Amino acid sequence: MRPITYLRATDTASAVTAVSTDPTSDFLAGGTTEVDLLRQNVLNPRRLVDINDLPLTDVEGTPAGGVRIGALARMSDVAADPVVRERFPLIAQALELGASAQLRNMASMGGNLLQRVRCSYFRDAESPCNKREPGTGCSAVEGFSRGHAVLGTSEHCIATHPSDVAVALVALDAQVRTTGPHGERTYAIDDFFLLPGDSPHREHPLEHGELITGIEVPATPVARHSHYLKVRDRASYEFALVSVAAALSVVDGVIADVRMALGGVATKPWRARRAEDFLIGARVQRDDFAMAARVEMADARPTPMNAFKVELAQRAIVRVLDLLSDGTGDGSEPGPGAGSPS
Amino acid sequence: MPVRGPALTEQDAALLEQGPGPVRVGLSVNGAKRTLDIEPRVSLLDALREHLHLTGAKKGCDQGTCGACTVWVDGRRALACLTLALTCEGHEITTVEGLSEDGELHEMQRAFIAEDAFQCGYCTPGQIMSAVALVQEGHAGDDDEIKEWMSGNICRCAAYPHIRAAIRAARDRM
Amino acid sequence: MTTMPTTTPSAIGQPLDRVDGRPKVTGSAHYSAEIPLPDMAYAYVVGSRIAAGRVSGIDASAATAEEGVLAVLTHENLPRIAEQPPLVPSLAGTAAPGQTYFPMQDDIVHYAGQQIALVVADTWERAQHAAHLLRVSYEETAPVTTLDQGRDRAYVPERIFGGWIPGRIERGDVEAGLRDADVRVEGTYTYAANHHNPIEPSSTTALWDGDTLLLYDSTQGVNATQMTVSRLLGVPMQRIRVIGHYAGGSFGCKAMIHAHPTLAAMAAREVGRPVKLALTREQMFTSVGHREEQEQHVTLGATREGRLTAIRHHKLSPTSPFDDWAEPSLGTSSQIYACPHYEGVYRLFRANTMTPTFMRAPGEASGMHALECAMDELAHELGVDPVELRLRNHTDVDAMSGFPWSSSGLRECYERGARRFGWSGRDPRPAMRREGDWLIGTGMATATYPVAPLANPQRARARLYADGTAVVQAATPDFGTGVATVMTQVAADGLGMSVERCRFENGDTDLPNIAAAVGSAGAGMISAAVHSAATALRGQLVNKAVADAGSPLHGADPVDVVVRDGVMTAGTASEAYTDLLRRNVQPDAEALGQWNPPAHDIPYGMMTFGAQFAEVAVDAELGLVRVRRMTGAFAPGRVLNAKTARSQLMGGMLWGLGQALLEANHMAPDTGRWANSSLAEYLVAVNADAPDVDVELIEVEDDIVNPLGVKGVGEIGQVGVAAAIANAVHHATGRRVRKLPITIEDLL
Repeated sequence: MRPITYLRATDTASAVTAVSTDPTSDFLAGGTTEVDLLRQNVLNPRRLVDINDLPLTDVEGTPAGGVRIGALARMSDVAADPVVRERFPLIAQALELGASAQLRNMASMGGNLLQRVRCSYFRDAESPCNKREPGTGCSAVEGFSRGHAVLGTSEHCIATHPSDVAVALVALDAQVRTTGPHGERTYAIDDFFLLPGDSPHREHPLEHGELITGIEVPATPVARHSHYLKVRDRASYEFALVSVAAALSVVDGVIADVRMALGGVATKPWRARRAEDFLIGARVQRDDFAMAARVEMADARPTPMNAFKVELAQRAIVRVLDLLSDGTGDGSEPGPGAGSPS
Repeated sequence: MPVRGPALTEQDAALLEQGPGPVRVGLSVNGAKRTLDIEPRVSLLDALREHLHLTGAKKGCDQGTCGACTVWVDGRRALACLTLALTCEGHEITTVEGLSEDGELHEMQRAFIAEDAFQCGYCTPGQIMSAVALVQEGHAGDDDEIKEWMSGNICRCAAYPHIRAAIRAARDRM
Repeated sequence: MTTMPTTTPSAIGQPLDRVDGRPKVTGSAHYSAEIPLPDMAYAYVVGSRIAAGRVSGIDASAATAEEGVLAVLTHENLPRIAEQPPLVPSLAGTAAPGQTYFPMQDDIVHYAGQQIALVVADTWERAQHAAHLLRVSYEETAPVTTLDQGRDRAYVPERIFGGWIPGRIERGDVEAGLRDADVRVEGTYTYAANHHNPIEPSSTTALWDGDTLLLYDSTQGVNATQMTVSRLLGVPMQRIRVIGHYAGGSFGCKAMIHAHPTLAAMAAREVGRPVKLALTREQMFTSVGHREEQEQHVTLGATREGRLTAIRHHKLSPTSPFDDWAEPSLGTSSQIYACPHYEGVYRLFRANTMTPTFMRAPGEASGMHALECAMDELAHELGVDPVELRLRNHTDVDAMSGFPWSSSGLRECYERGARRFGWSGRDPRPAMRREGDWLIGTGMATATYPVAPLANPQRARARLYADGTAVVQAATPDFGTGVATVMTQVAADGLGMSVERCRFENGDTDLPNIAAAVGSAGAGMISAAVHSAATALRGQLVNKAVADAGSPLHGADPVDVVVRDGVMTAGTASEAYTDLLRRNVQPDAEALGQWNPPAHDIPYGMMTFGAQFAEVAVDAELGLVRVRRMTGAFAPGRVLNAKTARSQLMGGMLWGLGQALLEANHMAPDTGRWANSSLAEYLVAVNADAPDVDVELIEVEDDIVNPLGVKGVGEIGQVGVAAAIANAVHHATGRRVRKLPITIEDLL
């Protein structure tokens, strides 16, 4: 880890000024990405501006039925918030299926949106990587890519966006609020995450020194009936191979409203708009679910190693829709076996 | 669950840019005020282990992937390897060395011994700090919950079933 | 063989809590990187980016200019080693380098991650940062690392595994045996590379005092470290002391002495300060060996009644440029079933890798997977219950040597394991049981692990103080095995004292004994030595008492004397050890114990047996496999501590789960670098993966292997688990997945 200087900010304006006036400064929130990647020599700021004392930790329901989440609210606190759990179960589930209890106590919501990819070539400062060092090439395209993306990729980068909760937020049309050197801004969350294209080092539209202050989730009645399904090798503490955040409302056997986004398969949290469009007004039947899933994954561009994700994602979509439409099964892990020995 | 609040630093020190050389840091560790001179890049884990010689928190990966460095910051479990020591000024740090009082083992420590919930012992302090926090969080209801909420602490000796047994036993006595 | 005292209740076998429990749960146990020394310096290893070629230059100017940097050592200035010792397993009690190559002696790069520089600084952060400031240039050549790259250049080595095992094992005529078979099953099994990943990364703290070296090392054998460093540095044994009181797990990666202890000693000498060298997690993938990626091919021939006529078992794997190493996957398949014809052949190819090494159940973990999956296929083919098929091929003699087993217990393992698991009445048809989204299946496999042959006399020392407390010593480290606990029990038992009054001191080369605790042999060999020392001391004290006119026991026949709680009793006469010593104004008494292991040509087959049963749930749509429960029944000879033995067996079984479903690494064909070099990518089981595990202990008497009949529990727990799980996956789904780990994509 390179030598760094440290500054503890007491108010948002001075934090923004400190970082925006110095291209070698970074904000430091929970540290779970920043400190890790500093030690890996992947990030190389000369100065860290600690924003943990800023008053951006509140989580509050809006009268209209949404929720406002402070950028420095910790994942664990947001997941435990009664308003979030009641109005947006998929947010709470996505949070609690992410990382570990310790990391969730540390990581901030703003930092979660900005966490860096888990591509091992990105994390290895000695491998070529367009995201880390533009123009050096993408090692993953021809390399080990089992965990990599099949949607939204380019020849320059196929790294998967690692966040779970961002998938839920994308499904819910959340907004990201920021304060920067040029004032306050609000981004629709789907616009907040950029596809890699030919500039994979640009992951979001923030300018240097622009600070996420909060996330606003609009009232979304359908979200009360929602689910986050995460598929991974290990039963816990692993990034998603495929995840599906979905909310569904069925009236008289017909889908009245649906929200869906995918994680683990795309270079950004992937709003499944094609599937949604297909499903709205459709009857609740497995064939239609499967068709919606197929439509969503039609443009997938897998590598030989991650081709299974195309099929797996479709099955996960169908599973979640099954679950939300008829309530059979809850997608949970199997219990202990019957006839266990004494 | 209390949200981690503003640090209780002195106002004029707050805007001071510190480092990159060693700076004087006051840490409250296990209830005692400790002063040390460290560079801003020093992690809480290295500050504890290399500077305060509190080696209960272990360095298993230094990447946030194993949980062996689990300590409490203001009573909440956190990973010391991904925490910079400077950020802990004004916050209370608790390590496994601060868990037992007056030489009396904590119920969880007792239960770990009784249930043989470790072998090599290297992940054990992290497991125990996580386990006590788990019970206090209310996440030790049943085995499924314990499994999920203890999965951030890897035990390569794979004492997991015994760790669960120890947590069940201590939970009912805490 | 020494007879056991039978008149006092034995401390042996009791489920005593670990004697090192308190320091481990309070954080006061100091591991090898936790020794506070004044003026400590920190060494950071720099590994090669490339896998093949040479280092054409290292510009250290930026690194050396950093504040606090004390030295940058490379092939240009690192001292030459005195001598490269041969690769011999550390169990042998000789120098035991992990490979016959020592880094930074020239500019050649043999594998990615190979140590090419060492940066020493006054803090860890400064050393780590300066290491990243080195500008290394390379001349790169194309590496060979994968099975497909090496297949065509494979050769059959004369011997493997440090020279201990022949490259080809045959009996009968396997072609004839396959011709005679009514039924044949054949399959190719592939295995990802595995890494030990103990949670404590290997670390050494080195301190010179003049020309005397003190090393704190996390190792399975403090003496192995001492001997290896002695040979490499050319420093006499008497000037090297190695202490390893605690080691945070090993599983084989601390069994051989890799380069870092010697590098730490070199660095400490260079900078004139104590040096701490701790490998990073990433470096643990390239510095301490691994279980090699491999491919095995098994052909079984059998009669219609299910009697084996032939077993052919071939293996292909990469080894380093220096050593013919393969884990011995083919050993037990030649021994454990009655079968007239056998052929086992290892094929190796030289690759850009470090020499692979022991990893828990080295050989058996993979070899028994292949064999036991093939046996399951055969059972399915024949319509015979898998347990019954194994019973039909049961052998009371080592099928390779023809010698009887020193002890077995395998039939009881099948029987009791099956009963506890609820195996009987199993519907053998695959894909018949469903619970919601989950298909349920069960599988089983045989577990076998050889009792390692030992080369050296084993020694321990017992000392009784006049205050009635005893210290028993042997050099062996406790890296989580519980050896310190069980030896306290063995000592107490031998001395006729309570365990509270006995302390076992270990993990220091100043103490007796020499061999590393490797190959599940630690408990057997150390218990033999400790038992010998403790009973020798007891005998000495009893003899003294009966010869002492002042003792109430005067004139008694020593064989009539029993000792309990430190009191010697013969008939109605009794005297405490303490009274005897005090009366004789003797502050202590001491005895050295030695046990000479059986000769290698002893006419017995020596093997530990067990049976594994597993139930899995498979979400066939999402490809998820979750193990719901496991039962393992094991016959490890005598159990020294039921609690710690069960824990080790349970841990081994859960290792089998990880091997079956999670653990994988591969080398990239173009760069020759490992793909998964962190605990986020190299997946080991977490709490949520681990079901409750049922361990059944079947004690069998064995007066051949060692005095207490201890066969060891360190590895047998893992053997067969992956096969039982793979067989259960087949039972659940009807799909045979002949690769490990079995992952989601295999089941979609």
